[in-house]
Amino acid sequence: MPALAVDWTYIAQNFFSEIVLRGVWMTLQLSVIGMALGILLGTLFALARVSRQPVLRGASLGYIWFFRGTPLLVQIVFWYFALPQAWPSWAPWNGQLSPFQTGILALAINEGAYMTEIVRAGIQSVDPGQMEAARALGMTHRLAMRRIILPQALRVIIPPTGNEFIAMLKNSSLVSLISVRELFLVAKLQYSSTLLYFEWLIIASGWYLILTTIGSVFQFWLEHRYGAASFGPGAGRRWLSFGAKE
Amino acid sequence: MTDPAPGPLLQLEDVHKRFGRTEVLRGITMSVAEGEVVAILGPSGSGKSTLLRCINHLERVDSGRVLFEGRLVGYRDKGGRLVEAPEAEIARVRARIGMVFQRFNLFPHLTALGNVMEAPVHVLGLSRDEARQRAAAVLERVGLGSKLDAYPAQLSGGQQQRVAIARALAMQPRLMLFDEATSALDPELVGEVLAVMRDLAAAGMTMIAVTHEMGFAAEAARRIIFMDEGVIQEEAPPAQFFSAPATERARQFLRRVSRP
Repeated sequence: MPALAVDWTYIAQNFFSEIVLRGVWMTLQLSVIGMALGILLGTLFALARVSRQPVLRGASLGYIWFFRGTPLLVQIVFWYFALPQAWPSWAPWNGQLSPFQTGILALAINEGAYMTEIVRAGIQSVDPGQMEAARALGMTHRLAMRRIILPQALRVIIPPTGNEFIAMLKNSSLVSLISVRELFLVAKLQYSSTLLYFEWLIIASGWYLILTTIGSVFQFWLEHRYGAASFGPGAGRRWLSFGAKE
Repeated sequence: MTDPAPGPLLQLEDVHKRFGRTEVLRGITMSVAEGEVVAILGPSGSGKSTLLRCINHLERVDSGRVLFEGRLVGYRDKGGRLVEAPEAEIARVRARIGMVFQRFNLFPHLTALGNVMEAPVHVLGLSRDEARQRAAAVLERVGLGSKLDAYPAQLSGGQQQRVAIARALAMQPRLMLFDEATSALDPELVGEVLAVMRDLAAAGMTMIAVTHEMGFAAEAARRIIFMDEGVIQEEAPPAQFFSAPATERARQFLRRVSRP
């Protein structure tokens, strides 16, 4: 059997090299910030989606329709190249947004569309009697959402959000197209000059696996702490309290 | 009270409500005085619960008006035309009207104490310490002083409903609405909830109770309102209603409920 012509020593030597670690750090930043903003956007658009205002509902639907219906790759390129071309007068596009910032923007807005549906499903999974009881106590819709509905919706929201984060870690490689030096672009630049495709893709994939594994463990922990855990003794302390003083 | 409103605490004038093509309330006019206990009886589907939900504007009335403390509930009168009031205004009225639901609707992510403290802190703006004291006191009053830290899932149906009553009482409402508060309970748990309701009535709380408990209606209520097909068929003191109902519908209804 012919031996694989792979330089394992090269992989080991470069796995923790500074250039790789910088790429890992970039991927992590893109994913974590993109995800955090995506959750924020998703929550806002989900609240719009279940509101009584037809305009808000329409805006939310339009947002989901567009950003879930077009490829993330196209959106990334669009934000970075197409929009400044079509709309040169808007200063932020005029060289003020870095590729990194544009990448986060693209990832967050795309993620927000998926998170909108996830948060909406969570909100709608809560018994309507909860909203009625809250309103009968004199709570406004907004207060009831924050204090009563969203904390209960978390049970349904957390598991798919974990999936989204794992997907985000991998999707962040797409911003290599606008020259953000994240993990994949680092590998790509290296294999282009060294022609060691196999070695560099092993290094990149190894790191993606490490990151997604950490993400999965974090998801598992979150689910047990806030999600799958049933309401019961000690549950109160485990619940995220929105705006509570305790 | 800044304005000692003369006249009834609650007044309904020709209230109509429809769901789609079904007219559920077909012109309800009634009033409730401060301190009065009113039981609303009637066959299922007669519009009793809808009527109760119109009082605190959980349902919008299609025509007619609801007045609480002499003021319109849920609407503003703009030159004779009624326009729905801003949310905050409706919420302020609701904060003064307690409501107890058939299915309790306790907040499952909060303890009994948390359930009761929630609105005093976030609606009335009480400090957590004040709210905790008040919540502990009302829970004590409904006999649950030892269950402050229990979650709804750890309580029996009767205990849950008593927490729900405490939750409403902690807002110090001027009017309490009970929407079939004992209908979802196992028979052996009905008594403890009715006992709390009787105590409240005896303490002078103004109450409107939609109920199927004839014993409670006969003993605790000062007045019976009998509804059928979206209208008030009959209104009488309990003694008179149960011994000599004026309408044939009421007689039929009583025959069915008193003889299982």
